[in-house]
Amino acid sequence: MKRVYVNEEWCLGCHLCEYYCAFAGSGEKDMARALREIKISPRIRVEEHNGISFAVNCRHCREPLCVKSCITGALTITDNAVISIDGERCVECCTCILSCPFGAISRTPNGGGAIQKCELCVKTESGIPACVQGCPNGAIVFEDAVGRTVV
Amino acid sequence: MLNYIYPDYEVVRNYDRCINCRACVRQCANGAQEYVHEISKPVCDDGKCVNCHRCVALCPTRALKIVKSGNTYKTNSNWSVQTINEIYRQANSGGVLLSSMGNPEDYPVYLDRILLNASQVTNPPIDPLREPMETKVSLGAKHHEIRRDEKDRLVNNLPPRISLSMPVMFSAMSYGSISYNAHESLARAAEELGILYNTGEGGLHEDFYRYGKNTIVQVASGRFGVHLDYLNSGAAVEIKMGQGAKPGIGGHLPGTKIVGDISRTRMIPEGSDAISPAPHHDIYSIEDLRQLVYSLKEATNYTKPVCVKIAAVHNITAIASGIARSGADIIAIDGFRGGTGAAPTRIRDNVGIPIELALAGVDSRLREEGIRDNVSIVVGGSIRSSADIVKAVALGADAVYIASSALIALGCHLCRSCHFGKCNWGIATQVPELVKRLNPDIGYKRLVNLMKAWEHEIQEMMGGMGINSIEALKGNRLMLRGIGLNEKELEILGIKHAGE
Repeated sequence: MKRVYVNEEWCLGCHLCEYYCAFAGSGEKDMARALREIKISPRIRVEEHNGISFAVNCRHCREPLCVKSCITGALTITDNAVISIDGERCVECCTCILSCPFGAISRTPNGGGAIQKCELCVKTESGIPACVQGCPNGAIVFEDAVGRTVV
Repeated sequence: MLNYIYPDYEVVRNYDRCINCRACVRQCANGAQEYVHEISKPVCDDGKCVNCHRCVALCPTRALKIVKSGNTYKTNSNWSVQTINEIYRQANSGGVLLSSMGNPEDYPVYLDRILLNASQVTNPPIDPLREPMETKVSLGAKHHEIRRDEKDRLVNNLPPRISLSMPVMFSAMSYGSISYNAHESLARAAEELGILYNTGEGGLHEDFYRYGKNTIVQVASGRFGVHLDYLNSGAAVEIKMGQGAKPGIGGHLPGTKIVGDISRTRMIPEGSDAISPAPHHDIYSIEDLRQLVYSLKEATNYTKPVCVKIAAVHNITAIASGIARSGADIIAIDGFRGGTGAAPTRIRDNVGIPIELALAGVDSRLREEGIRDNVSIVVGGSIRSSADIVKAVALGADAVYIASSALIALGCHLCRSCHFGKCNWGIATQVPELVKRLNPDIGYKRLVNLMKAWEHEIQEMMGGMGINSIEALKGNRLMLRGIGLNEKELEILGIKHAGE
């Protein structure tokens, strides 16, 4: 069970993870074509304060408040413990956005009619999450949860 | 005051590919990139750009490139644009011109004028994938005398030596001139590879004592950070008499960089300039050098080899001959292309001689005098590839020192701006938010990768020549041929011309 972990010590605050995330969800092959002249709405966001920065995305909690709060069952825990969103079932009530303690859920851009959250790129082809691949300093890693604190 | 200088390079941005992610703006410590909200675009001030390629490398859409600006004065074979700009710069500042990294001027690179041999028909090449191939080397003095005890058993009378898995070491770069993370990367890589790195003149950070068996501790003219535990923590002790980039010149780490850990490691107060004198004030002759060599041996209880590092200068052969008689176990020679964190430009670009000529001269001289086995020879000063290593060993070196290549592996793009202290790659800087850009977990792996790759290549080249150990390659100048060199150059290098 691998998860995305962020090491604040190595985060440069370059925000590239946000752009690689947005690109991964775009379905385009060329990043310039995918992201030029749009305001991106990534599933991972860099928080910065007083020179400290780190990226935040869905923690895939063991007891997720978002899943509990979802009124239509659009949010579910899949077999590999990834919290997944079924856009077809989402009615945009946004209760999950309010209940997530990490602010990791947002609405899809351009009125897509559902919420979006990090699904560890399981729905894309790469295998390794795009933010992890794109981080220039190894600050975002994709590792087993063994030995780590799980929320 | 007008400074008259037009930037040498310009940053070209392809706005059709720019996605406004502003990674370039956030990553430029020189403030060359700026996001202009009024036009919602990043723009670049070429005058502030040092051409370090941090923005180019991180740009996710390859929207950036840096090109020569091409601005030129009236064509003049005598007065180049660079020469004129340097005069403007000095007229503006009144200061000595400073530069970093190795001499970039257009002097001959003899390593590129030497070709290697390969076996055909009469002696078989060796396939390193199928047959043993020894890259291990051992550095230090060797005695001719074989002693036996009363029961006729061999007595081990070998002086202390150091052992390397391949004939490469990371050469001296002080903590201060490079960052903590750069040092950690070098130390961890040296440990994993079974080679050595060198502390440089800045002392050894307390965190790095655990890499002691892979460390050469340096004693230089400023004696910064030198104490008994320090001397005894390493695998060898190096006396730095000179540096290839600035022979005859001391060092100067500005007080602004002497902060926190660096002040503690160097054992000098925070904010005070670390000035290394040009000479060692206790060394004015080979006899004086001998005293320091033996002081250090005494301090380390004769358990560690002592290395003397000198810059390649005109009388290098005679100097090396003296050092070989001083009790030193290793002579390190640094050629005029060797790097630096800061040196006066005129010194760096005009003083010293090429390492290839110095090495060949010293090896020949020590052989002629029958004292070659008194010392091992290590050469540095722009060893750029595995082929350079093979050529250096065949010219007579026991091992090589690399530094610029190692820094390039860590991300250095040779922008030669180390002396500004704002290295965007987190190498030659002490600014915490820049230092963290070099993650040692990544850095040390890149160094290990580079060395492993070179080791494979060295084995392939040796195998091709039908040689299966570094020891058999050492000083084997028959494996070398010169190309486009004149009689004198061939004579000094001790090699034949291609076709002979």
